[in-house]
Amino acid sequence: MAVDQKDRRKERIDRGIKVRSDGVYAISSWLEISYLVAPRLLFIVGLLAAPILLLPVPYWQKVLSIICIYSLLAISFDFLANYVGLVSLGGGFYIGVGAYVAALLNMKFNIPIFVTIPVATVVGAAICTVVFLPCLPLRGVYFAIVSLMFPLLAARVIEALDIFGGTDGIVGVDGFSSTWIEQYLLIIAVLAAVFFLRRMITEDVGLVFSGVKDNDQAVKASGINITKYKALGIFIASSLGCFGGAVLSHIYMWAGLSQFALDFSIIPIAATVIGGGGTLIGPVIGCLILVPVSELLRDFGTLRIAVYAIVLTLFIVYKSEGIMVYASRKYEQFERWVSI
Amino acid sequence: MSDQPLLTVDNISKTFGGVAALSMVSLEVNRGDIVGIIGPNGSGKTTLVNSISGFVKPDRGKVIFNGHDITGWDPHKIADKGLTRTFQVMRPYYSLPAFKNLIIPLFSPRAKRTGGWRGGGKMGSRDTVALDILEEIGFERDSYVPYKMASSLPTGYLKRLELARCLALRPELIICDEVFSGLSMSEMASMLPLIEKLQMEGISLIMVEHRLRELFRLSNRVIVLNFGCKIAEGVSSEVMELKEVKEAYFGSEEEVLEYV
Repeated sequence: MAVDQKDRRKERIDRGIKVRSDGVYAISSWLEISYLVAPRLLFIVGLLAAPILLLPVPYWQKVLSIICIYSLLAISFDFLANYVGLVSLGGGFYIGVGAYVAALLNMKFNIPIFVTIPVATVVGAAICTVVFLPCLPLRGVYFAIVSLMFPLLAARVIEALDIFGGTDGIVGVDGFSSTWIEQYLLIIAVLAAVFFLRRMITEDVGLVFSGVKDNDQAVKASGINITKYKALGIFIASSLGCFGGAVLSHIYMWAGLSQFALDFSIIPIAATVIGGGGTLIGPVIGCLILVPVSELLRDFGTLRIAVYAIVLTLFIVYKSEGIMVYASRKYEQFERWVSI
Repeated sequence: MSDQPLLTVDNISKTFGGVAALSMVSLEVNRGDIVGIIGPNGSGKTTLVNSISGFVKPDRGKVIFNGHDITGWDPHKIADKGLTRTFQVMRPYYSLPAFKNLIIPLFSPRAKRTGGWRGGGKMGSRDTVALDILEEIGFERDSYVPYKMASSLPTGYLKRLELARCLALRPELIICDEVFSGLSMSEMASMLPLIEKLQMEGISLIMVEHRLRELFRLSNRVIVLNFGCKIAEGVSSEVMELKEVKEAYFGSEEEVLEYV
């Protein structure tokens, strides 16, 4: 055996190079096309088929909706952290604002559900952007701290001033007429978010975003207002969160303080770490793993936090690049033993 | 052409805590000038550059560029008026290929208005214009260099990239913060004609330098700073003969005698 190892070595061939370097090669043969399309198709068809596959287990259908909402948050976290350079822990705030705006519109003005969701998305994102505006000059961990404060602050303000139903929340919001609409709305939103953001980061605007992340001084010296672009980034990210929040309030038929919960800020980060930051699909995969795990562990009560922490620690220590980065590297490389 | 200087810096001062980094410094730059700023370490050269380009807000004084009072403006607004700068510590976008580095300045409002250096951006796509600018500044077009990641480029190219980033805005005045530092002799030799070319294009330059020999070949006027004060101004060769300047660099005669 020892002799064997001496005589051979592992050779790595990057088979992706041809496909990744220029779109031209990708259409040269069906094999190349399928090689490029297969994993993407698996992701899209898999997500679209999930509600049908989960038909026998209605409980897990509900979980799927929650997965999608967390996925939206995780995508927005990944986008902000890895492409705009803002580590935002404000996920709970986005969800809460979206949920309250949708619930208020629905209850106070009797606006139907398919108007409240888009309006809550845009208005909620505008509210989030305005609230975050004074914090945009902050960077790194300071921005993270301030953004974590907003969900806590919002919940306490609502509680103390007893506005919007106070601790009881807003009860009696319209629900979805069928679970199919609810699930496909969320799944299509996740797919659209991934598609839109992955396209945008390769466009010129995306380069400006990555410039802001890499070094904002040079962007300033190039005559570009970085606050404007950071605000745009927050708007895009928080619109995903607010959309999720609006849908959530219609699923639960209720908007309350627990929608500002820290779960919405923390789980997306964990999902991004597990799934692989900077890939935008990784966070969705992370959510597909983490949220079901936490549902399965629900019977163990608070012990599930411990299991959760262990899973996260193992990932950070042994596979800090995340599943998606690891998998795509393995997918794009042949490995074989050659004798020397 | 108006007779007014392109840039007028009028008695600007800046203190950091108790340290006076700049006190009452004035200077003028005319169109087509190359003005050098020299001085020993810690004499306030970079603070002066930062105060002009807006990265530091001066406590007192005025900066007037092209008829606009730009004192205390945000850096991006100043850059938008046509006053750009390079950084002493190079700040490329390391995760992008060299030519993609120029997409960001070409995306700015000013570049969209002016079309970048020589207005090429109004004709071609941003990628093509970026490659054009890089070619002019010494990135061989047919080689792989413009496509290399900025993180893997040698210092000489990074310094050029800094200049290229300024040119993408089609500026009227570039402040070069030590473009020659860290370059080898041959790299410097190829950089000199480049700067001269910029001057011929009608771009004025302020050059903050430690490499005096190269600077004196380029600039017609030199300003010497020490401890945040302007101690001398004039034609390069004459300035270095002044007693104050020699003292700033080598210490006063009495001090020297004490050691001897």
